[in-house]
Amino acid sequence: MAKVFDVVRKKQDVVLDGWLQGIKGGIRRRDLIDERELKSQASEVLSALCAAPPDASLEDLNIAAWQPLKDLLASLSASRAVQGFTPSETALFVLSLKAPLFSIARDQKGENADQLYAEITAIDDFVDKLALHTTDSFIHGRDQVIVRQQEEMLELSTPVVTLWDGIVALPLIGTLDSARTQVVMESLLQAIVQTNSRFAIIDITGVPTVDTLVAQHLLKTITAARLMGAECILSGIRPQIAQTIVHLGINLEDVITKAKLSDAFKLALERSGRTVTRVAKGSASVLSGAREL
Amino acid sequence: MERIPILRMGNFLLVTIQVDMHDKLALTLQDDLTAKIADVGAKGVLIDISSLEIVDSFIGRTLANIASMARVLDAQTVVVGMQPAVAITLVELGMSLPGIRTALNVESGMQYLHETARAYGDSEDYDGDSE
Repeated sequence: MAKVFDVVRKKQDVVLDGWLQGIKGGIRRRDLIDERELKSQASEVLSALCAAPPDASLEDLNIAAWQPLKDLLASLSASRAVQGFTPSETALFVLSLKAPLFSIARDQKGENADQLYAEITAIDDFVDKLALHTTDSFIHGRDQVIVRQQEEMLELSTPVVTLWDGIVALPLIGTLDSARTQVVMESLLQAIVQTNSRFAIIDITGVPTVDTLVAQHLLKTITAARLMGAECILSGIRPQIAQTIVHLGINLEDVITKAKLSDAFKLALERSGRTVTRVAKGSASVLSGAREL
Repeated sequence: MERIPILRMGNFLLVTIQVDMHDKLALTLQDDLTAKIADVGAKGVLIDISSLEIVDSFIGRTLANIASMARVLDAQTVVVGMQPAVAITLVELGMSLPGIRTALNVESGMQYLHETARAYGDSEDYDGDSE
């Protein structure tokens, strides 16, 4: 371990101030982290750095002596990934440590150019490795966020709701890809079996674009439902999507399509032999019936 | 030889497939069913495949063939109780069975057959079950 760190141990406050100066010079995200938190994070890292045994090698970060420091940096950068920092801002946090360490090295070895060069190269290498490790953990943290969000989306995206006895609806939200279509198809068919539904309404109000692939997936789902003996009604087709469908030459002639979910629901009620009527104002049987209950 | 039983209910024939279909069995069913339709002058055929777990393109095509043959012999075919997995498999195989009527269960399948029979004015034969 370089001699510089002996000095750092003695002058932690000075190094911390120099470091914070460097961070503040480069950072533009005061909205995401306040100064006090930044300072406590920096001093934590510095303490971990100083807590390493004096004989620890600067050349290899993989030795046990640096593990606490690495863990600390990993958890810091993972939390920064969640907060919305950019990778360069997170790397800069570590890289700013160079300047104060260099100035200490100059104070010590200023006379001897060769020794100063060796010292600075060692520190430079070490801090670079720390920064790379931080960036790696940052990206790992961000990957985890993305994976979690994907899983949540897949779960969120396939609720099958029962509108009436024998009528189920599947409101689709988001783009349909092959993996999602599989999940959607399975849950819809399962719901048809469980609820014994003769009608299934697929509402695509929340599907931003319909291209040939999405249409093919929709048609597959509709065909599979038909094979099981349920009728599918496609609803929620926006004017732009109707235009796209015709321009792309997608054949939806065999599918019952409606502009709105309410129209589809009405059709399903009619086909199952039901009508919806308004209760006459005078009789008010609904209200009085409710009170008696 | 293994056979799938064909039950007669008035003007309709009822077939319940409760074993794994293999190719030979499917062909035997096709022979037996067409013979039976012609024999009794059936107006409708209901095939219940709710116990069928595995389906391949041959079985799918045989089902479609049976439906087409029945139509030539003046009988409506309705396939009921297809499992989700079977439906997905058939769709992925590119077999949408366009000529076949489907229903959720035996009850709604029979209802459909009655309705179509009534539309053609043939239902009185069924109601007089005693023949």
